[in-house]
Amino acid sequence: MRKIIAVVAALMVSLSLASCSNDNGGGTSTGGSASGDKPFISIVSKGFQHQFWQAVKSGAEARAAELGVEIEFIGPASESEVEAQMTMLDNALAKKPAAIGFAALDSQAAAGTLTKIKDAGIPVIAFDSGVDSDIPLTTAATDNKVAAKEGAKHMCELIGNKGKVALIVHDQVSKSGTDRRDGFLEGMKEYCPDVTVLEPQYGGGDQAKSADIAKSIMTANPDLSGIFGSNEGSAIGALKGVQEANMAGKIVLIGFDSGKAQLDAIRSGEMNGAITQDPVGMGAAVVQAAVDAIDGKTLPKFIDTGFYWYDKTNIDDPKIAAVLYD
Amino acid sequence: MMSVIEALPVQKPSAWKQRLQQLLAFAGLLVIFVAFSIARPTLFPTYSNITNILFSAVVIGCLAMGATLVIVSAGIDLSCGTGMALSAVMAATFMVTWGLPVWLGIILTLLFGAFLGCVNGIAVTVLGLPPFIATLATMMICQGLALVVSNVHPIYFDSGKQGSYLWLSTGTIIPGFPNAIFVLLLAAAVAYIVFNKTILGRYDVSIGSNQEATALSGINVKKWLVIIYATAGVFTALGGIMISARLGSAQPATGSGYEMQAIAATVIGGTSLAGGKGSIIGTLIGALIISVINNGLQIIMLPQQWQNVVLGAVIVVVVFIDQLRNKQAKAR
Repeated sequence: MRKIIAVVAALMVSLSLASCSNDNGGGTSTGGSASGDKPFISIVSKGFQHQFWQAVKSGAEARAAELGVEIEFIGPASESEVEAQMTMLDNALAKKPAAIGFAALDSQAAAGTLTKIKDAGIPVIAFDSGVDSDIPLTTAATDNKVAAKEGAKHMCELIGNKGKVALIVHDQVSKSGTDRRDGFLEGMKEYCPDVTVLEPQYGGGDQAKSADIAKSIMTANPDLSGIFGSNEGSAIGALKGVQEANMAGKIVLIGFDSGKAQLDAIRSGEMNGAITQDPVGMGAAVVQAAVDAIDGKTLPKFIDTGFYWYDKTNIDDPKIAAVLYD
Repeated sequence: MMSVIEALPVQKPSAWKQRLQQLLAFAGLLVIFVAFSIARPTLFPTYSNITNILFSAVVIGCLAMGATLVIVSAGIDLSCGTGMALSAVMAATFMVTWGLPVWLGIILTLLFGAFLGCVNGIAVTVLGLPPFIATLATMMICQGLALVVSNVHPIYFDSGKQGSYLWLSTGTIIPGFPNAIFVLLLAAAVAYIVFNKTILGRYDVSIGSNQEATALSGINVKKWLVIIYATAGVFTALGGIMISARLGSAQPATGSGYEMQAIAATVIGGTSLAGGKGSIIGTLIGALIISVINNGLQIIMLPQQWQNVVLGAVIVVVVFIDQLRNKQAKAR
């Protein structure tokens, strides 16, 4: 029996190695080459659930190649795995990198590890979500509150100052979730105070779950005029829900980020528009800030990586198209 | 062979008892449904909302059919959630990347599910790993492979070329009634026949109640366990087909957490985690109960933090009543 287990284990290891080498055939900068003196930067992201992170990764890799540094880009499988991310951060520290980039799933959970990283004298660059700590030298992020508020402004323009609006939010813990929720609510109050805004619902960024939520909201509120989805999964979920309920075009839909399904829906008019961040620019900014920190330059406290409103009319604008991803 | 099985000291629940079991789960479903209907009489019990409830039970329902078969054998399958995601990725790979026709893609995906189940079954029987550990490991492997195979990108179906695939879920033969619901009913019917009318179901119950006695009576327990896990894998793959057909894409990072919903549906339906006892109709009702609760709580606009609390409490109550009834039955 033991022999069999050993054989199977060996088989699995060799299989996984084989698949790794296949995967890196394209020449990504993660892992692999044991080049001695290039500075190594470990970037702990929020994971794989959204294409947004792949776009951040591509921006980071491009800038790393330009600056001649080696990076790794890792993250947990889904955006609710706070603890798994903490472990990854611990492991990143253990590799003794020259700098660490970190997009916190939970703005407070990392406090302990961050202190250890600081004690080790490794500079930390926060990105995407801020951290409730003054250890990160800078935060490269979208100002999510302002961005979501812009979404609310367009929502108000599209529905007028009446009716009901719902929010499907991807998370009630992470700062990007709460900032987008609060920014949108703030915007609604400011730009169209007579609109009833329903209690925000949370779908964890899961498309199927968000679609079910959207349908329940429409059932409970037949007079609903608009839905805001706070990230790719939430927005596509809201879109699916509206389509399944045969309400496409009758409900104003505003999303966040991009991804093929969202872009298609905006082109076809089923979704009215969305806020996009600049993920490629964000990835580049993280690596740039990390290299600057390694070189001992002083960094601003916050690097605003910007956002844009896009809809059918400007989706193919080169400036916008550059920050959208499939 | 048949007579050997009948001679086994297996406590097969008598027909009336099984019916009572289903009646109880069904009564629970009815009570919850009526309660929400009273709370929101104009919104909740409508044709469109009922189809919403049925529709959102489809994926969990498919997974739970497989979970029931495994749990009855005194096993567990934690890999069905991420296995579903991997199956969805494979379906997209077959049809979109390789360009195979939809019917062939579906068949290959179901076969792939059977293969996944075989891996679980072999890990449990040949390697002798406890089912919890074996499927915990395959859960992780599936999660990783889904990302590897898809290269961490969702794979989108073409609404033209794979139109019939998408039609399976969101198409409507009856207006306003998504086809996915028929798929779930069909899956339940197949599971019912497999579990109640075939030798596989009989061995499943027998292995779950007493594996040693079953083996002693000359049945190749290992072989049948592999077959049971493989059959469960087919339902996992069906779940993957239904979720990717609904979303129009295979999302490689979804799936974790779905296995717990599937297990919850199975347990609510009266299947015992100790094995040897289960009901497909009960599981179908269990999946519907979860769906009704999720939908109803959203419609009465209960803050979402509370929705999972309520769902968990329902599981406690239902399983507690079930055990109480079993104890009484034994005492008699």
